Amino acid sequence: MLGLTKQDSKLMLIVIGLVVFAPFILNPFPEGSAMAQFNAGYPDLMQRFVIFGIFAIGFNLLFGLTGYLSFGHAAFLGVGSYAAIWSLKLITLNVLPGIVFAIIVAGAFSFVVGYVSLRRSGIYFSILTLAFAQMSYALAYSVLTPITGGETGLQIKNTDNPLIGGPTDGSIGRANLFGAEMGNSFELNIGSWLFTFNLGYYIAAAFMLVAFYLSIRIFRSPFGIMLRAVKSNQQRMNYTGLTPKRYTLSAFVISGMFAGLAGGLMVAMDTQVGPERMFWTASGEVVIMTILGGAGTLLGPVLGAGFIKYMENIVSKINKDILHEWFAFMPDGLEDAMVAFVYPFIGKGWHLTLGIMFMLVVIFLPGGLVEGGQRIAAKFRRTKNAETPDGASKPAE
Amino acid sequence: MALLSVKGVNKRFGGLQALGDVNLDVAENTCHAIIGPNGAGKSTLLNVLVGKLIPDSGSVVFDGQSVLGRKPHEINQMGISRVFQTPEIFADLSVMENMLIPCFAKRDGAFRMHAIESVRHESDMIEKAEAMLDEVKMLDKREMTASSMSRGDKRRLEMAMCLVQEPRLLLLDEPTAGMARADTENTIELLKTIRKERGVTMAIIEHDMNVVFSLAERITVLAQGTPLVEDTPDNIKGHPKVREAYLGEAQV
Repeated sequence: MLGLTKQDSKLMLIVIGLVVFAPFILNPFPEGSAMAQFNAGYPDLMQRFVIFGIFAIGFNLLFGLTGYLSFGHAAFLGVGSYAAIWSLKLITLNVLPGIVFAIIVAGAFSFVVGYVSLRRSGIYFSILTLAFAQMSYALAYSVLTPITGGETGLQIKNTDNPLIGGPTDGSIGRANLFGAEMGNSFELNIGSWLFTFNLGYYIAAAFMLVAFYLSIRIFRSPFGIMLRAVKSNQQRMNYTGLTPKRYTLSAFVISGMFAGLAGGLMVAMDTQVGPERMFWTASGEVVIMTILGGAGTLLGPVLGAGFIKYMENIVSKINKDILHEWFAFMPDGLEDAMVAFVYPFIGKGWHLTLGIMFMLVVIFLPGGLVEGGQRIAAKFRRTKNAETPDGASKPAE
Repeated sequence: MALLSVKGVNKRFGGLQALGDVNLDVAENTCHAIIGPNGAGKSTLLNVLVGKLIPDSGSVVFDGQSVLGRKPHEINQMGISRVFQTPEIFADLSVMENMLIPCFAKRDGAFRMHAIESVRHESDMIEKAEAMLDEVKMLDKREMTASSMSRGDKRRLEMAMCLVQEPRLLLLDEPTAGMARADTENTIELLKTIRKERGVTMAIIEHDMNVVFSLAERITVLAQGTPLVEDTPDNIKGHPKVREAYLGEAQV
């Protein structure tokens, strides 16, 4: 399919299935039930899943393949966001040009940052990218206020008058795609289940599928082999007549463009930007997503992004009252003790759970969640093979 | 006319004269060995040839073009390949991927954004890589991760990676250093076959006299950064100056 091997096509189809049916998959519990708080199938969160998925896929092309750990990728996301919002404010409320601008501007900016930062490797490279991102943040926050809106950021206002098709009645314009607004949703009631199909989500999801497809193609291309060669042995590359730096810079710019796309989509979904989007913790988040999911794997970054965004939005909402409800079946003293024990790990303490998870993954599963899945699958296959007598002779896929 | 011609090359490191007025001609289609005791400047000379070091004075001309001031990847693209003392390969990649990288480098030059094309569809390159692997008898190891192979196989792979680019000149930096006896014999055999069948010009730096005398057609003896004598292996064996500087301590 589309120039992919059978195995890659299978992976692509699984991801397409997951993304298309996400409103069902993420809403397994009926409305009003005690478990409904674990439903993640609302538009805002689903949009975040796929947008951060794109961000992490792009980051993985740099870090997973070349091994260069950029600690300033949020700057490209932020720059893309600013480019997109200016396009919405000045040119048209259609999101497509905004997204294209976001990709171009983020790509150009990452070329400059990459050109300078790639003079060094290892920790010094990471520090240089971090410095660039923090400079961008500080500039956006203060000196560049006329362009970035400073601390308050930028929003679409009713005084904005885009060149093409702005609202004429003085209302605040809404981002759209050829007239269809991002916020448009179709709700489906089945029994006590409620499923929401949001246009914005599906547009972002389509971009994520394209990003995922491109990432497979790059992984399987000669260019992809060269990027892995950069990680493996730059000396040999030089003596084989190749320029590792140009390959790394290309990967850096591609990865910056993916970040720009994510930033542009963020603005398309929710038409506002603030400088905090470029803060260093945002750069750290994408590093954690990629490593948690599995750096250098195709699916890992998407899984990692989904996992962290789920924790951030769902686990963080569990409060003390809910815990008391859960453990209500226990005798009073034990219930209080149990709640006191679990409480630091949920609600505002979700970072603690994430931190422990991250440590466990890095120590025991260096290949991230993807490696965990592969190990479980291998174990499962082995038991199955043991049961069928001819199983052992079959080659493993 | 010599393929590689080194004239009056000098290189100082602080107070140490590493190379002093080195003149050396490597003729086309020969195997030229450069020998000498430790600290004679063999490695320095090699690093000058591949562009890693720039000499203080003198000239290095390869096939009518100066190599001085060119970067290692440019010198490789001119047709000089280098085999390292410890095999430099892409350890995390499979043997086949290791072979494909030099194939792509030869076809596409120092850089090309072939990001969408699939490796599977590069059948010309795959055939070329497989033929080369077959020649060094490693075709059965094509899917192995390079780091998991023995030292001898890594050396074989590195050699194959250099040869698949069809270099005009192959530089070998102590290709059998630290090898077990059997691996050394294998490597000598491999080099002999390559020399005979491909007719590739070789310049070899080596400590092991056994290796030198079974391969070299021409030998330059370097001592304290200066060429002492250049001659055929037979004449070198009996040369009094050489015995004095070097061979006196080695068994021949």
